[in-house]
Amino acid sequence: MNTDTTDIKHTDHDTTANGSWEGAAFPFKVGYGKLMIWYFLLSDAFTFAGFLIAYGTLRFSMPSWPVPDYVFSTFPFLEGHHPLLFVTFMTFVLLFSSFTMIRAVQEGHRENRRGVAIWMGLTIIGGLGFLGCQAWEWTTLIGGEHMSLTTNPFGTHTESGVYLNTDGTPSEETFHAGSTYLIHRMHLADAHEVADAHESDHGASHEVAGAEAHDAGHEDAHGGHSYAGAGDYPDAIVDERGYIHRKFIPSEGENAGKTIHEAFGPKAFGALFFFITGFHGFHVFSGVAFLLIILINVLSGLYVARKNGNEMVEKIGLYWHFVDLVWVFVFLVFYLL
Amino acid sequence: MAHEYTAAKKIATKTIIILAVVTVLEVMLALTGKGYIIEGWHMTPWIMHISMIAMSAYKAYLIVFEFMHMKYEAKGLKLSVILPTALLIWAVIAFLYEGNAWKGNRDTVKELSKIEAVE
Repeated sequence: MNTDTTDIKHTDHDTTANGSWEGAAFPFKVGYGKLMIWYFLLSDAFTFAGFLIAYGTLRFSMPSWPVPDYVFSTFPFLEGHHPLLFVTFMTFVLLFSSFTMIRAVQEGHRENRRGVAIWMGLTIIGGLGFLGCQAWEWTTLIGGEHMSLTTNPFGTHTESGVYLNTDGTPSEETFHAGSTYLIHRMHLADAHEVADAHESDHGASHEVAGAEAHDAGHEDAHGGHSYAGAGDYPDAIVDERGYIHRKFIPSEGENAGKTIHEAFGPKAFGALFFFITGFHGFHVFSGVAFLLIILINVLSGLYVARKNGNEMVEKIGLYWHFVDLVWVFVFLVFYLL
Repeated sequence: MAHEYTAAKKIATKTIIILAVVTVLEVMLALTGKGYIIEGWHMTPWIMHISMIAMSAYKAYLIVFEFMHMKYEAKGLKLSVILPTALLIWAVIAFLYEGNAWKGNRDTVKELSKIEAVE
């Protein structure tokens, strides 16, 4: 009995002396760098979750919200509405760059330097392709549809009704509750001049010539009708910045029968969209930068000397898959729901 | 080693195909549910939303467990990364509830100012 106890004590002592206290124990069976990139990604996930939850909270707090398949329905070189087509394409670009990344990691495990370089190169092309798509999407929204951080031209009808003709009579064009519209913007000859004229002489702004309706991605919304300048017209109100708020008569609700005009959509939409997709895009951009650096190191043979199965490629791989993971949720929250 | 490599390659190919198919299904569901594919046919919004969230969660699982290799990591690492994200489930519920409450407050203020205007 007595000997047994001493034996156990002795073993305990041994473990402490040669085990944990000496270091070099890997309870998670991964290197320090890989463990830390996991914890970095965990914290980053919380950052993104915070943004997306903010989006959800603001969306829930508004009586109406722009319908995503109306807002995101443009496609390069194609006319008309193609709901969600372009973002689906973007999703595929990012998904396949994730696949090329995992192939690079696998080639790294078997120390195939050439394979790593080829697959990483393809991943970089995928990342750049995604960034290019995003640049096009932003350009369309900012330049073509005039959305900004504080102005959201995408509004949503809360009741059904009918638009007005140019002479102020109800037209054939009807709409349903919940359908989203785009407030087009026309180019005013000189926005500041018009605004000044508007203040000094009320009639002057109507005489400003040379204004034309701006053609955005959404062709159907307004049949190319142009206005002389800012002012109140029988079928629309053109504000000082050139946004054309069309007039309509709701057939139900508290304003039934009254003539009202299209209001801007929830202000937060633009800021949330540009901030969240911008933050994700910045992650993609820095991912591409790091991929390039590591590709150069792979080609220089730096990781061959380390003999750890190209662990650095694995680490950038984790980051790259995370960027794809975040996109799954950005795609869900912004475009699908 | 060579065998391991072939197996891993196969899993990666299988995973990317599943991810692509699920993405297409999601988009089809969004478009069908909102009446783009079949004229005049709409899906009950909450059923559509729940299925989209479920499909996205499945995609997230595949990316983390297969692409990011989490499936093959030590148990402690798995738990220490995945358990904290469970907090987000509560965050989503709490904040969406909060957003809904703001909407309620806005409506109340609107009602009250209308009553005041009449009086």
